Amino acid sequence: MNIIVCVKQIPDPANPGALDGNNALKRDGKLILDESDSYGVEMALQLVDAAGGGEVSLVSMAPNSETAGLRTALAMGAAKAVLVSDPALQGSDALTTAKILAAAVKRLGGADLIIAATESSDGYTGTVPEQMAEVLGLPSVTFAKKVSIDGGVLKADRQTEAGYDEVTCPLPALISVTAGVVEPRYPSFKGIMAAKSKPVDEVKASDLGVTPVGWDGAGQKITNVAQAEARAAGEVIEDDGEAFGKIVAFLEGLKVI
Amino acid sequence: MAINNIWVFAQVSNGAPTSASLELVTKARSLGGSVSVWVAGDGSSVAGSLGEHGATKVFAVDYGSNLAGAAVASAMKSVIDGGDSPDLVMFPQSYEGRDVMARLSVKLDRTVLTNNIDVAASGDSVTVTTPIFGGNTLVSTTFTGGAPYLAAFRPKSFAPEASGGAAAAVQAVSVPDLGATGTAKVTAVHVEETTGPKLDEADIVVSGGRGLGESAKYEMVEQLAKLLKGAPGASRAIVDAGWVPYSYQVGQTGKVVKPSVYIAAGISGATQHMVGMKGSKNIIAINKDKEAPIFGIADLGIVGDVHKVLPKLIEALQGR
Repeated sequence: MNIIVCVKQIPDPANPGALDGNNALKRDGKLILDESDSYGVEMALQLVDAAGGGEVSLVSMAPNSETAGLRTALAMGAAKAVLVSDPALQGSDALTTAKILAAAVKRLGGADLIIAATESSDGYTGTVPEQMAEVLGLPSVTFAKKVSIDGGVLKADRQTEAGYDEVTCPLPALISVTAGVVEPRYPSFKGIMAAKSKPVDEVKASDLGVTPVGWDGAGQKITNVAQAEARAAGEVIEDDGEAFGKIVAFLEGLKVI
Repeated sequence: MAINNIWVFAQVSNGAPTSASLELVTKARSLGGSVSVWVAGDGSSVAGSLGEHGATKVFAVDYGSNLAGAAVASAMKSVIDGGDSPDLVMFPQSYEGRDVMARLSVKLDRTVLTNNIDVAASGDSVTVTTPIFGGNTLVSTTFTGGAPYLAAFRPKSFAPEASGGAAAAVQAVSVPDLGATGTAKVTAVHVEETTGPKLDEADIVVSGGRGLGESAKYEMVEQLAKLLKGAPGASRAIVDAGWVPYSYQVGQTGKVVKPSVYIAAGISGATQHMVGMKGSKNIIAINKDKEAPIFGIADLGIVGDVHKVLPKLIEALQGR
């Protein structure tokens, strides 16, 4: 069982985001593993374990050659990574991203299963996994919250508006997994040391034959950036044991109770 | 040329289009031109209400046990190849909506713009508005290249409004051979019984966060939501921790809610959360840390322990 996990390295979400001169999200400085992707990495490791063999590989795309986030996923137990790192990729839209990641998957020779998060924490377009499936001509199960593989067939519970669907799908396939589906392991000291020497194959967009990319390939142009109307803070009080009464009065004032 | 032909992908729930879908039909109508709506299954039951909101045509796709993404996108592509090509396709920011637009974008080699709250057409160009950074910045993006333009919108971006139109004409569209992409099949459908309103449609939302301390304490949030006839929600932190399913998540990733009253219990107010609830008419926040960012946008902020405030609040409401 060989599994490829799509991971994104993002600016630390604890720091406020900013736009650069081109109105792209600032991605200079240290990038970390998007926490949303740690669930996919963990699920891949568990599925490979359950299958009794195989390995977990990573594909990632970044405008610079940062690898700190990838090393975290390698430290968790992934074996190797392809990092498409190219300044030309800056400004790429979701469709270009999907084409690049699909090409990176092919560079690894494909896999039985490809796993992605439902959306990234910084850009959150939320379409890349399904776009990759279409580029690769694969069946997909998005928003999977429970996944197992039995005899080459994937079984998943897929989140829906009304509840969930049970879905079966033959491999190879692509899935996107929601947060909280598994508990991501913390990298061990041994894992962190081992990750330093695991292979990261760094390639350019042109090596993958995907053109055009970046701003040129994006079917969109940012025409304006404006500040939204700020919301003013209201009354803030310390609870003296009776603050619940304030809430009741507030709700009464709104006539909702 | 102008934006003459607009398609809307609609979700149907319990035999009726969802309000998020009717919002999009209403907005599409206001942009001018003709509005056609794509639905799953039998179109005749929804042709009336869709027509009333401005649709003239319903494309009905019976996709059986297939997943919507591959099936509906292929059906759309076949109609486009047949010569009926839309200028703009509008999707609700739903699980199905996202899958269909993603597959279609690859088939048409067109970009997608998601998480939008507004759209404007001028001549043959289309511009959408997207809030970023917790909603404090609004980005306008214009599609370049050719139509069809593909855009997804957050629920409650527009107000649904009937225009009194006649029932839309229904055209059945069959699903083309999907090859490998059609091998994922739904084998069972589970409807999770919720007694209250849906999270993104509720008038009152009560959300819990990490400040609850442990998973079992989420019960207080559910209880309060029930008493107020609202829906329970959650911050990303407790979804990530596995306390509640992803469907409860309010935020940038997750659901965007705009209720009359939003109660944040034990939520500090990370940017990721605020973007999903900032549009609420009234916000009440309860948090131990008086420096928590949530107090910066709350109409009523209680600096206190949710374990003390919530039980008393619940008791007071039960006694009414």
